[in-house]
Amino acid sequence: MSTLRQAQRAGLPSWLRFVAPVVVGALGVAVWILYVDVLGAAPRMLPSPIAIGNELVLRWPIIGDAIMITATNALVGLLAGSLIAIALAGLAAAIKPIDGMLVPLVAAIAVVPIVALTPILNTMFGASSQFGRQAVAAIAAFVPVFVNVLRGLRQTRPVHRDLLRVSAASPLQEFRVLTLPTALPYLLTGLRIASSVAVIAALVAEYFGGPADGVGTAIATYAKSGRAALAWAFVAGGILIGLVFFLVTSLLERLVSRRSPV
Amino acid sequence: MSPATTTSAAAVRATGVGKVFPTKAGEVVALTGVELEVRAGEFVSLIGPSGCGKSTLLRLIADLDPASSGELSIFGKPAAQARVDQDYGIAFQQAGLLPWRTVASNIGLPLELHKVGRAERTARVAELAELVGLTEFVDRYPDQLSGGMQQRVAIARALASRPKLLLMDEPFGALDEMTREYLQSELTRIAAETEAAVVFVTHSIPEAVFLSDRVVVMSPRPGRITDVITTDFGHDRDDALRESPEYFERVTAVREALHGVKVERANER
Ligand SMILES: Nc1ncnc2c1ncn2[C@@H]1O[C@H](COP(=O)(O)OP(=O)(O)O)[C@@H](O)[C@H]1O
Ligand SMILES: [Mg+2]
Repeated sequence: MSTLRQAQRAGLPSWLRFVAPVVVGALGVAVWILYVDVLGAAPRMLPSPIAIGNELVLRWPIIGDAIMITATNALVGLLAGSLIAIALAGLAAAIKPIDGMLVPLVAAIAVVPIVALTPILNTMFGASSQFGRQAVAAIAAFVPVFVNVLRGLRQTRPVHRDLLRVSAASPLQEFRVLTLPTALPYLLTGLRIASSVAVIAALVAEYFGGPADGVGTAIATYAKSGRAALAWAFVAGGILIGLVFFLVTSLLERLVSRRSPV
Repeated sequence: MSPATTTSAAAVRATGVGKVFPTKAGEVVALTGVELEVRAGEFVSLIGPSGCGKSTLLRLIADLDPASSGELSIFGKPAAQARVDQDYGIAFQQAGLLPWRTVASNIGLPLELHKVGRAERTARVAELAELVGLTEFVDRYPDQLSGGMQQRVAIARALASRPKLLLMDEPFGALDEMTREYLQSELTRIAAETEAAVVFVTHSIPEAVFLSDRVVVMSPRPGRITDVITTDFGHDRDDALRESPEYFERVTAVREALHGVKVERANER
């Protein structure tokens, strides 16, 4: 019965689900080439995808370096923010008053435009330090992980709790055997959302000062100096970071939550 | 599991047991004045309309909720002690399997929690899988099993610590009639093989009569025991029993007891 449900949920045959977006993407690029190279009607800051591709290959050494800087900032932020979020969500789930204190606070953080804090953080920690950017990515990643883990820690079903009680399980055993595995898929969902948010935060934070490196800094610099194709090549680099973060966390999420509840 | 001295004691003895739930709308008297003794190895069903306190009584016996009044002893011990000593196993209407664990590791969960060594655990799980006829499915995950198979896993898990008392709350309630009758026959066999006493909650009259040595009839508002009907069918329960005159007679007796018609036959008491 469950296989039937999976087939229905998928809707499209699996080969079509891969081929369809590729076809749409290829069509988009074709229209783009037609617009820029054939019609020659595009604005100056929209170069041909072929020109962007050339720059990407030609300048790969510097683009790769910039990618490493930004990706490292995003990763450090993602890990630090997630670890703090997991610890605080655990506390909030275990201790009622902490829950009452933390949840409104996190709701408040969620509505603050975090990247706007970057200039302040850069001034606090020095313009040559990556810390401000990493801190921004960490705060941005914190919110979705905290919210999802806290929810996950509360998803244990009464029948499972009864089962552990009649088995005379200790609180620690209950946490290990039930609470943690129940919360795990929620953690991974939080991580998947946080990974994209952390990349965006780390990249955009570079627009607000700090060291003169990273993908965001390069995009800003080359856009200002009119080197459109190179600026776009760096944009492609940013997309690449986001894609890798998203794919890795999505894969982890799939591995963990492959068992549907019964 | 339980020491030899306690096996002579009744599996369950309830004297004047009551349960009151304090709710926002006032107190709900779920059970009042329950007197019940279940002998070792005896099969007793609790039957009654929904809301008459069947689940509540089972949860009190299992020490999942505390009784508000009266005394409850399991093999001569307080319910809490019996729970810690794993003197009973329990199965609910929902199988309640952990979806991320295989069948084998679900069955072995109580043993794992009680630090039974790996080798002993593996052997016991194989034995239990055999008992419930799931040997070929031990490596599957719960979502790959039918409802009836999931319920058999839950029964195997309940039997893991070799309890002499099995508590079951409408375990076949969500299954189709065919699977239900099959599992009923299986359960009578398992109960006979393990020599465990069974307290079985159901709202199906034929199910209660087919399975039980005694059928305890309950009534709501407030939840209480109104009648007890003895079946006297002995240990041999097969499909022929379902068509015998004695069986229909007991079904009628339980139905009359449930519907509040006075049963005048002395041998039913
Ligand atoms: N946790 C609870 N809180 C409040 N009332 C409850 C609770 N559990 C059961 N009850 C009430 O106790 C009565 C008996 O319930 P239950 O034992 O579940 O009945 P049954 O299993 O026979 O259908 C019902 O009126 C029900 O509403
Ligand atoms: Mg019930």
